[in-house]
Amino acid sequence: MVDVPSDVLVAVPPAEVGEVDLYHPKSWWTRYVFSQDAKVIAIQYSITAMSIGMVALVLSWLMRLQLGFPGTFSFIDPSQYLQFITMHGMIMVIYLLTALFLGGFGNYLIPLMLGARDMVFPYVNMVSYWIYLLAVLVLLSTFFVPGGPTGGGWTLYPPQAILSGSPGQEAGIILMLVSLILFIIGFTMGGLNYVVTVLQGRTRGMTLMRMPLTVWGIFTATVMALLAFPALFVASVMLLLDRIFGTSFFMPTLVEMGQLTKYGGGSPLLFQHLFWFFGHPEVYIVALPAFGMVSDLISTHARKNIFGYRMMVWALVAIGALSFVVWAHHMYVSGMNPYFGFFFATTTLIIAIPTAIKVYNWTLTLWRGDIHLTIPMLFALAFIITFVNGGLTGLFLGNVVVDVPLSDTMFVVAHFHMVMGIAPIMVVFGAIYHWYPKVTGRMLNETLGRFHFWVTFLGAYAIFFPMHYLGLLGMPRRYHDIGETAFIPASAHDLNAFMSIAALIVGFAQLVFVFNMIRSLFKGKEAGGNPWNATTLEWQTPQTPPAHGNWGKELPVVYRWAYEYSVPGAERDYSPQNQPPAGLVAQGVHS
Amino acid sequence: MGVALILLLVAVGSVVFHFLSPWWWTPIASNWRYIDDTITMTFWITGAVFVAIVAFMAYCVVRFRHTEGRQAAYQPENKKLEWWLTVGTAIGVGAMLAPGLLVWNQFVTVPADVTEIEVMGQQWRWSYRLPGKDGRLGTTDTRNVSADNPLGLNPNDPNGQDDVVIESGDLHLPIGKPVKVLLRSIDVLHDFYVPEFRAKMDMVPGSVTYFWFTPTRTGTFDVLCAELCGVAHAQMRSTVVVEEEGKYRAWLEKQQTFAELHGQHAIIKATYKVGPE
Repeated sequence: MVDVPSDVLVAVPPAEVGEVDLYHPKSWWTRYVFSQDAKVIAIQYSITAMSIGMVALVLSWLMRLQLGFPGTFSFIDPSQYLQFITMHGMIMVIYLLTALFLGGFGNYLIPLMLGARDMVFPYVNMVSYWIYLLAVLVLLSTFFVPGGPTGGGWTLYPPQAILSGSPGQEAGIILMLVSLILFIIGFTMGGLNYVVTVLQGRTRGMTLMRMPLTVWGIFTATVMALLAFPALFVASVMLLLDRIFGTSFFMPTLVEMGQLTKYGGGSPLLFQHLFWFFGHPEVYIVALPAFGMVSDLISTHARKNIFGYRMMVWALVAIGALSFVVWAHHMYVSGMNPYFGFFFATTTLIIAIPTAIKVYNWTLTLWRGDIHLTIPMLFALAFIITFVNGGLTGLFLGNVVVDVPLSDTMFVVAHFHMVMGIAPIMVVFGAIYHWYPKVTGRMLNETLGRFHFWVTFLGAYAIFFPMHYLGLLGMPRRYHDIGETAFIPASAHDLNAFMSIAALIVGFAQLVFVFNMIRSLFKGKEAGGNPWNATTLEWQTPQTPPAHGNWGKELPVVYRWAYEYSVPGAERDYSPQNQPPAGLVAQGVHS
Repeated sequence: MGVALILLLVAVGSVVFHFLSPWWWTPIASNWRYIDDTITMTFWITGAVFVAIVAFMAYCVVRFRHTEGRQAAYQPENKKLEWWLTVGTAIGVGAMLAPGLLVWNQFVTVPADVTEIEVMGQQWRWSYRLPGKDGRLGTTDTRNVSADNPLGLNPNDPNGQDDVVIESGDLHLPIGKPVKVLLRSIDVLHDFYVPEFRAKMDMVPGSVTYFWFTPTRTGTFDVLCAELCGVAHAQMRSTVVVEEEGKYRAWLEKQQTFAELHGQHAIIKATYKVGPE
């Protein structure tokens, strides 16, 4: 299955269809604002996602100030605390991570890595971004409406999320649901683009098994998104109807602040099943692009093919498929039929197997490699450590009876931050340091980068690793103040204070990173077209940054898989995918 | 070299932290010691895996660090190695799942000799109900909830008349007697969580959920709500007192039944009604 250059003429099939005319922008507005070019759209998605991510980061500082020093900051009351955690969670999971991985990295890298000029539906692609932006603006508007944003937790469980005992019942919850509905519409459009481009838009010679794992990761995640988001869509619509029109999809007979309401007959558990049928695949939608990208980072910077490429592809697909049958591990103590626990614990622990295979293969790529400790490589190493840590604590929570004391404690918060917050963010940073030179033509500053790496990695680990132990103690989550208890020692409060200080320091390091990204646009070292000597197609463009249409007059033709690093007997320690085998003249697109 | 050292320190430091940390679970007060045992075993397995993987990574970073003239090996795959790693992982996963499911089976199998009690959650306090001398809890309905019937008992159900109702006091339990905790809510999701008991479950308005346990040591324990239920979620507290049989009986004698309380509420209502017309 490995491509090895041979003397025999390598037959690359002719193109199946003639090239479609690419749309060309005619004005400043259609070139830079309402652009249909996937690269511009990618940057728009990325800047919007990172900006809203900064809002969520600031919210996390406020949360940590409250948890570390309860009672000190009188402007943070219990109601606001719940609003902070809800907005922080929703923004980070959906509006930052999903948007950045799929809309940002997906749009930029998929066409380039596949040798295409753009996505197959450029106009729909453009519309998808503006819908995403609208969704973000609707979400932000909740800070300014009467009652403020919803404080129902990012999980938005009814009945509490739409009743008066929770903050944001007046308007915040309505706008949150509207924003989610808009987001899903936009991402369905974008998702169709990524899936069809991968299936139909590849250049000659680019078979599915020659695609870099970055594309496999984003592609699998997108297929999952198209199947999972509808569950959130219907749940949001139904919850909106319950809130606005008094329907009872999720609302049983209940008393609200002493008054019997008109609700009746609905099931709160139905919402949880719908939410988590979306919610569990969602966390893998965030993880799988990270898995794919980190494979390419490790491979490039260790000058070694990714170990076990076929298994890596299989594992991505298996994880994607299995992720749809584990959702109720979020509901072990929900009051659902306890016998479901047997089934979901089994499937949850089974999904650990393909995930572990990926971890082994990343480390086996390092084995006998030629490891350059560049900043992308450092972030990749940090990813492995934090992902293994977070994945292993998932085995605690997945084992149903172990989850009983640990659910809804800080153990869960520590777990999902480690595995979904820190690990994929390590990949985001590594990927930015890695691909920034292609997007801008300049390198990011090394010194600032190394400072950013060490403070972020060690600082974030210092926040979330000890947090597991607060959960073991029995400290619940979503508490603005644990207050007086008989069983929590005073030292736990010291630990909370330590974690808060660490959080502020890590937060500061992110400002340094933003400064680096902006400064390097003007002062960064010139990168050239392929500063990392990488094999994949995006590094082989005639211009850097790539011009509109990416490839000039002729599309590239692919002769090799994506990982020809350090091939014995080869001229250099890397062979680009479009480099023809020895003795063969480079083929153009004409057949 | 420095990088590898720091990576190794992260792993080793985590292990050291684990053993030195003063933050560990609170001493157990129920029969669910098996949950603690499963957690301990999981820590051993996952701890070993974590250290092994990070140590291997650190070794690679040292041994295969780029130097002038180094060339990486070219090894697309190794089917045998990948097969053995898969099998080994499956065995490790099975080693954690099997005991876990055995204990879960115990968790969902309620013994025959339990006493049923009820915990009712609402925004934002806990109430309790014990079966009275007839040993049966009466039926309830959220629509019955009112100022003089805050737990919503069905006034026409004779079984409910002698139910002991604790509207805002502590729950007491006799040591050593298995108890099935029936959980009910009249408004939103809550979760009755006593860390020392380990067992807990959400209460869902519109249905009755449960868990069972046996208190194994006397003491006074905090009750916390473990499912977000609105702005005062963190203040929804109560206390459980586990005591010897004798002291428990003495406490039980002093509690009021539904009939007494309902009667009292009715008398207070009647008193207010008969006033200056």
